[in-house]
Amino acid sequence: MTSPTAFGHQHLHVHGTSPIHRLAPEAKLLGLLGFVITVAVTPRQWLITFAIDATVLLGVFVVARLKARLVLGRLAAILPFVAFAFLFPFVGDGETTSVLGFSLSTDGLWASWNVLAKATLGAAASILVTATTPIPELLAGLSRLRVPAAVVAIIGFMFRYLDLMVDEFGRMRRAMAARAYNPRWLWQSRPVASSAGALFVRTYERGERVHDAMAARGFAGAMPTLSEASATRSDWLLAAVPSLAAVAGLTIVGLT
Amino acid sequence: MCAQEVASLIVGMHAPDGFLDPSVTATMAIVAAVVLGKALRASEVELGERCVPLAGVCAAFVFAAQMVNFPVASGTTGHLLGGALAAILLGPWVGSLVVAIVVVVQALVFADGGLTALGYNTVNMAIVPAFAGWALFRVFRRLFPCNTSGVVSASALAAGVSVVLSAMAFSLQWLFGATAPVAFDTVFGAMVGVHMLIGVGEAVITGLVVAAVMASRPDLVIGAADLSPIQLAEEPRIANRTFAIGAVLVALVLAMVVSQFAASDPDGLERIAEDTGFATTADNQLFADGLFADYATRGLDNAGLSLAVAGSTGVLLTLTVGWGMASAQRRLRPAPSIQP
Repeated sequence: MTSPTAFGHQHLHVHGTSPIHRLAPEAKLLGLLGFVITVAVTPRQWLITFAIDATVLLGVFVVARLKARLVLGRLAAILPFVAFAFLFPFVGDGETTSVLGFSLSTDGLWASWNVLAKATLGAAASILVTATTPIPELLAGLSRLRVPAAVVAIIGFMFRYLDLMVDEFGRMRRAMAARAYNPRWLWQSRPVASSAGALFVRTYERGERVHDAMAARGFAGAMPTLSEASATRSDWLLAAVPSLAAVAGLTIVGLT
Repeated sequence: MCAQEVASLIVGMHAPDGFLDPSVTATMAIVAAVVLGKALRASEVELGERCVPLAGVCAAFVFAAQMVNFPVASGTTGHLLGGALAAILLGPWVGSLVVAIVVVVQALVFADGGLTALGYNTVNMAIVPAFAGWALFRVFRRLFPCNTSGVVSASALAAGVSVVLSAMAFSLQWLFGATAPVAFDTVFGAMVGVHMLIGVGEAVITGLVVAAVMASRPDLVIGAADLSPIQLAEEPRIANRTFAIGAVLVALVLAMVVSQFAASDPDGLERIAEDTGFATTADNQLFADGLFADYATRGLDNAGLSLAVAGSTGVLLTLTVGWGMASAQRRLRPAPSIQP
């Protein structure tokens, strides 16, 4: 799960005026998708391609003037799964190499590297995009990329109420803790689960109230869009640079 | 990074980029897109224009509920996955849509799970638990008495088994799209084994949450839409004993299932030292390792047992998910009678 420190979407976006911040969100999203797909299909032994990909990301990171601590801290979210991937050399079949007295599967080592490299590059790329794009713009970008309007609107509502829900849960837990409820075993979880149930009821009722309020203001199934400015040609070109570089990296290694 | 968090992530199956090969990744992305498109239309039919605000706040609820730490044992904590819970509370279409949106947002905004892995992550965390969970829930409802305890027990069992089914789904995808030379047997044994334990927690918590909602607003539990308000008013509050019995039942069912597969678990580990005529295709791997990559076949080379396990898992998964979708489809019709 998301670590508590990484949570709270107001902290996801880092205010700035860099060229990366000013890029149109739809261009950034498409650029991100192109980049992660290119990285994902890169054969794992093409180290030079991965090096090129990493350099490009580092370039974007420098241009965006983000703090290294922020990006690294949020990258930590992928650690558990990468740790899982590090089991591959120990349980893999096939040829083995001896490393520090352990007999490890060569293919397993490559598999670990594969996950480590691709997961890091993919996560770093999406962190760069979310750190330089406010959530409302991200949503506007999604809808300009023809993601169904209902899906975009649902995601928008989710963000609007997320902090509220998390805070409400937090308050319930604090109230329980203040009354000396400190569960240690699964069968003691009834009060926590009951508060989750209560929160669901409140959530559902809140959703209906929100809908009533929206209906009173003329909602008939479609959300109005406020910003109409869309990506210019230079936005698309600029956002495509990392993907193009990654594709170039693939071709260079492929041809040699 | 504490061990428990490692377990929860493996369990959460927020797989990063590059975990499965491109062909399986693409196939799963198509499956996810098709099912979610259908779920979106069905949700709009079911909720009308209320779809947007309701699904939105419910997605926020699922996201928040996944962050709540439940006690597991001796102070360690786990968290809810919530796929089956969402289906039971909101119905399978809205439920799967809501959980899928949570998964998408976690990948897109929180870098939790890879963007290219979104297809299979959505299938494993939203589609399989919601639809298989719904199908199982309906089966268990028929087996249990038609009252609140019956609904709660059925929810608990369905949620517990749905987690194991998700693990099986991931193992099957691994069979066809492995990127590491780990045999299907090993992955299957480990994933299913770990998820049995998680399933017990998921079962207890889901049952308790459903019980709490049933206690105050039974009309909000779609899976209990057939119970009449008069009947509900006369029922006593469910005793803790019912939960204890339910939990034991879940544990028993899960144990029975795990014992079936236990035999296939150890041999993968024993084969570490074995050299099985290893001729890697790693250099031209780009798209070469299609559906029957050599890893997958290597997982099957020794025993018909693996094939049998893989085959029956596939059939089981397809049947439950398919049946869940079929019954969800039936639910979509305007007829007021919903449950058996």
